[in-house]
Amino acid sequence: MHMADALLSPAVGTTMWAGSVAALGYSSRKLKENIDNQMIPLMGVMGAFIFAAQMINFTIPGTGSSGHLGGGMILAVILGPYAAFLVMASVLTVQALFFADGGLLALGCNIWNMGVYPCFVAYPLIYKPIAGDGTSARRMSIAAIISVLVALQLGPFSVVLETLLSGKSELPFSTFILFMQPIHLAIGLVEGVVTAGVIRYVKNARPEILQSSGAFRPLDTGISVRKVLAFFVIIALITGGALSWFASTHPDGLEWSIEKITGREELAVQERGIAPVLNKIQEKTAFLPDYTFRPAVTGDPEAGNGPAWPSIEAGTSVAGIVGSAMVLGLVLLTGIGVRSFKRR
Amino acid sequence: MTFDEEYYNIGYLDRLSYQDTFVHNLDPRVKLITTMLFLFAVVSFPKYEIVALFPFFLFPVLLLTIGEIPLLFILKKVALVSPFAVFIGIFNPLLDPVQVTVLPGLTLSAGWFSFCSILLKFLLTVSTALLLIATTSFPGVCHALRQIGVPSLFVSQLLFLYRYLFVLAEESMRIIRARDMRSYGRRGTGVKVFVRIVGMLFLRTIERAERVYYAMLSRGFQGDMPALRNFRITAADLAFTASVMGCLYLFRFYPVSEKLGLFAQGLF
Repeated sequence: MHMADALLSPAVGTTMWAGSVAALGYSSRKLKENIDNQMIPLMGVMGAFIFAAQMINFTIPGTGSSGHLGGGMILAVILGPYAAFLVMASVLTVQALFFADGGLLALGCNIWNMGVYPCFVAYPLIYKPIAGDGTSARRMSIAAIISVLVALQLGPFSVVLETLLSGKSELPFSTFILFMQPIHLAIGLVEGVVTAGVIRYVKNARPEILQSSGAFRPLDTGISVRKVLAFFVIIALITGGALSWFASTHPDGLEWSIEKITGREELAVQERGIAPVLNKIQEKTAFLPDYTFRPAVTGDPEAGNGPAWPSIEAGTSVAGIVGSAMVLGLVLLTGIGVRSFKRR
Repeated sequence: MTFDEEYYNIGYLDRLSYQDTFVHNLDPRVKLITTMLFLFAVVSFPKYEIVALFPFFLFPVLLLTIGEIPLLFILKKVALVSPFAVFIGIFNPLLDPVQVTVLPGLTLSAGWFSFCSILLKFLLTVSTALLLIATTSFPGVCHALRQIGVPSLFVSQLLFLYRYLFVLAEESMRIIRARDMRSYGRRGTGVKVFVRIVGMLFLRTIERAERVYYAMLSRGFQGDMPALRNFRITAADLAFTASVMGCLYLFRFYPVSEKLGLFAQGLF
């Protein structure tokens, strides 16, 4: 469920980056306040552990297909939310760089979807209250399963929202949601059972690890859950506000700024007379107003408005095709040229 | 494609990043920033755009050829991660059936354009991101991040993670081998065994972290990982940045392909 660059608009990508960077800064500041230097190598090695654990496949009962671990919740339980968030973010960064899982612009979204939800929503709000002081193994297992389930519902839900707000996909909201959520309910259940199992195993074998790591958990010591919550509510509101503002008025920042500079968009709209009225109605009724009604201003020959396509002159589109072929040819030639020059 | 093959590829990417070419020698900060700008420019195109995306292939192609990175390797990695974008995009032709005339006599539904646009953007963004890491060593990227202002705690975290990735990957491959030898077919690969294996791996990891920590303490660790190489922005870096930004601006705001096509039509 890694979000991909190609499905993202710059506005959504930037907003999610802003949210994730804020969470990163906040976590590292909180960690620095009461960090033991021993924590630093532990966190690094735990990140590598997540990778290593993901390499081991297991058979999902009843289906015969195989799955592997995600691991966000195990980290949160063992390292505490702040350290776990940093570890998760680093894992996702390495995945984005080396496996191109998602991509660099989408990394902000991915850190948010797979880091913030388990560490800052599911862990403090669900795992902690249910697991209590960690003496009852059964309560810990139930807490692990439910919190993983919730985190793995919030993540895909965000993927759906991010994709739709970016407007690159035509999938309707309901279809997409109905597809993503049940699948991740199943994944979440398996992951929850595995997470609970691992935590239980560790608790039986080396109970002091879970206890000592408790000391690293600033949520227990000093900082109140309420404060953290308030912070995230505010972040969420700002993000949501920024997101909806961007998405409803300026589908992409660059284009918007060009239009600001040239003023072309405004002119084009004024000239059409009745169009602005229709525009307004459309904007009020449509879930994602702009994508269907954007006039082609930047001179893209095949681009245009969904329902009302401009009549394309054969001349310009032929030019587009010929030109594209030429550009591709030129790029290829450059590449081959550089290669053969280097070989010599 | 199994997981360990992917992990061997990580080692290969790492080796590639220590070559000595013009692209490899550029400052990591410069490469990071230009790559981000490139991604922004590509992603900022409206959803039906196809033609204007082609000039952008110049950037990855130059990185690939000047950096002497094998093309097939990059393409393979791109194909490996494509399912999600392809899956989301493939519905566009069905859901956006407005007919558009491309050439006289050839009509396609608008969805095909947005689908092709997604594919092109996907190819561009993913290959460029991979080329960034293939031409920049990971410690270099981390150093750049630190200089750009990413919290040093997070940068240390990345460096540690990267260092121990290979060690733990080998460890877990040994575990997988041991499990495979002891299990027949699907027996022994169930959740129960998996949980024990992961638990064991976790305990080993913790013990390793303790050993690592003591080893580091005895070598004077004070909570941060200093960079060995000092990077400095050179004239080549500035020239590279300027030309990339110039090209990006040109490709983003002028219909290069179309103009070229019109020009060619004028010739004949």
